[in-house]
Amino acid sequence: MNLVATTERFGNFIIFTTEQWGRSWIFLYRTLVALIKPPYRPFLYLQQLLMIGVNSTLVIALIGLFTGAVLAVQGEYTLAKFGATAYTGPAVALSLIRELGPVLTALMLIGRAGSAVTAELGIMRITEQVDALRSMAVDPIKYLMAPRLAAGLIAMPLLCAIFNVVGIFGGYCVAVGLLGLSSGTFMSEMTSAVGLVDVKSGFIKSAVFGLIFGWVSCYKGYTCGFGAQGVNKATTQSVVTASVAVLIVDYFLTSVLTRVFMD
Amino acid sequence: MISVQNVYKRFGSQVVLDGVSIEIEPGKTTTVVGPSGVGKSVLLKLIMGIMSPDAGEIYIGGDNITKAKSEASKNEIRKQLGVLFQSAALFDSLTIYDNIAFPLLERSGLSASKAHQKVLAIAESLSLGPYLSNYPEQVSIGIRKRVGMARALITEPKILLVDEPNTGLDPLDGQEVYDLINACKNQWGFTGLVISHELPEVFQVSERVAMILGGKIIAEGTPAEMIASTDPAVQQFLNGRTDGPIKIQ
Repeated sequence: MNLVATTERFGNFIIFTTEQWGRSWIFLYRTLVALIKPPYRPFLYLQQLLMIGVNSTLVIALIGLFTGAVLAVQGEYTLAKFGATAYTGPAVALSLIRELGPVLTALMLIGRAGSAVTAELGIMRITEQVDALRSMAVDPIKYLMAPRLAAGLIAMPLLCAIFNVVGIFGGYCVAVGLLGLSSGTFMSEMTSAVGLVDVKSGFIKSAVFGLIFGWVSCYKGYTCGFGAQGVNKATTQSVVTASVAVLIVDYFLTSVLTRVFMD
Repeated sequence: MISVQNVYKRFGSQVVLDGVSIEIEPGKTTTVVGPSGVGKSVLLKLIMGIMSPDAGEIYIGGDNITKAKSEASKNEIRKQLGVLFQSAALFDSLTIYDNIAFPLLERSGLSASKAHQKVLAIAESLSLGPYLSNYPEQVSIGIRKRVGMARALITEPKILLVDEPNTGLDPLDGQEVYDLINACKNQWGFTGLVISHELPEVFQVSERVAMILGGKIIAEGTPAEMIASTDPAVQQFLNGRTDGPIKIQ
């Protein structure tokens, strides 16, 4: 009897998870189709770019500045053991461009804007605003989701670029200004070590993370449960799911991109 | 105008609608009443095509919305509908003017100047002129309901669906909403479907009444016929008694 109940619970869990997985992929497909199909509402896209992208710039730049500064301190400390402090510049720049820039930008954007997107859509859902759109023959996927997904896709790589530039500046200030490294060494070693493939790799990662950001935060808001607890749960799930997905996808992307660009 | 034919809907093991059939006659307002949780709002969402029934068919002005495969074909049928939601469901990020203009700009293809004239005209009719530049959270729930009504009627729909018109309103605001429904009906002449549990107040906007219980329509008639009904469940519900066939959950 116990075994039957356990098997049933396990079976229900598998069915539920498979259903959710399938629904989320259909949701992504419908949103991507909605992005392409007219009518286009440029104002909605600009509004979301402002909310998700422009309004996140300051916090992303601030995090980038201190990440670069920390990398310079840690890099110099480690490299000094091998007598290789001249490579502090490349260490800072490569770490930021290839890895920390895309990942930290994604995690910050998920925390700052992803939670807001999910909460906003969730509240719209529980207050029947989404139903109101449908009753007025307006597709909520096109009206609400497509602009947010597009804003995530566009804003993430741009914010990542800002993160990288400000981060390198932070690393430069600390390495040259505080740790006494020569400015010429920092810059020349960095420019000779960083190639276009590194920038491409970081760009591809941040574009994929932008898609994950928009997909998860919109889907969780759109499928939000009832009441304040439903919004609370959806927002938490959105941040956790998107953050974990970014880190998992990051590993696979890094493996693939390193191999592709090395070849 | 609306024909609900043998509709079934269940959520998991819970049967919500168990073979519901109801005809909403053109030009008349029909009210579906019943205790909370019997599936009145589910019926409304099925009629709007927001949910799909497990079985049965729903025709809106002759078009079968349950057979419409795509969202686009459902949208074509939905163009016949105006909906006043329980909480008005206004868009928080838009001003009252933009809320009223929204369906006009999104689905009628009118020029901005013509849409502007229509918004001003309906705002004037419903005494919303002073509030047009406000946001929904800046006005009372009574005014929000009026804005919801303006938004529902601005495209001149053939059918108006109203979900719990005076939930959360004090008696004066509640009466104002009923007066508003009657005044709008006289002015625009729509077919109405009202979902409510406010008895007998809702009878003042109803020409027909149907009571839903246990997933079925158990009684149907004019308000006078409902009041005179000998059905013990109808009488229990009308008189607000706790003893009787309706079990309080």
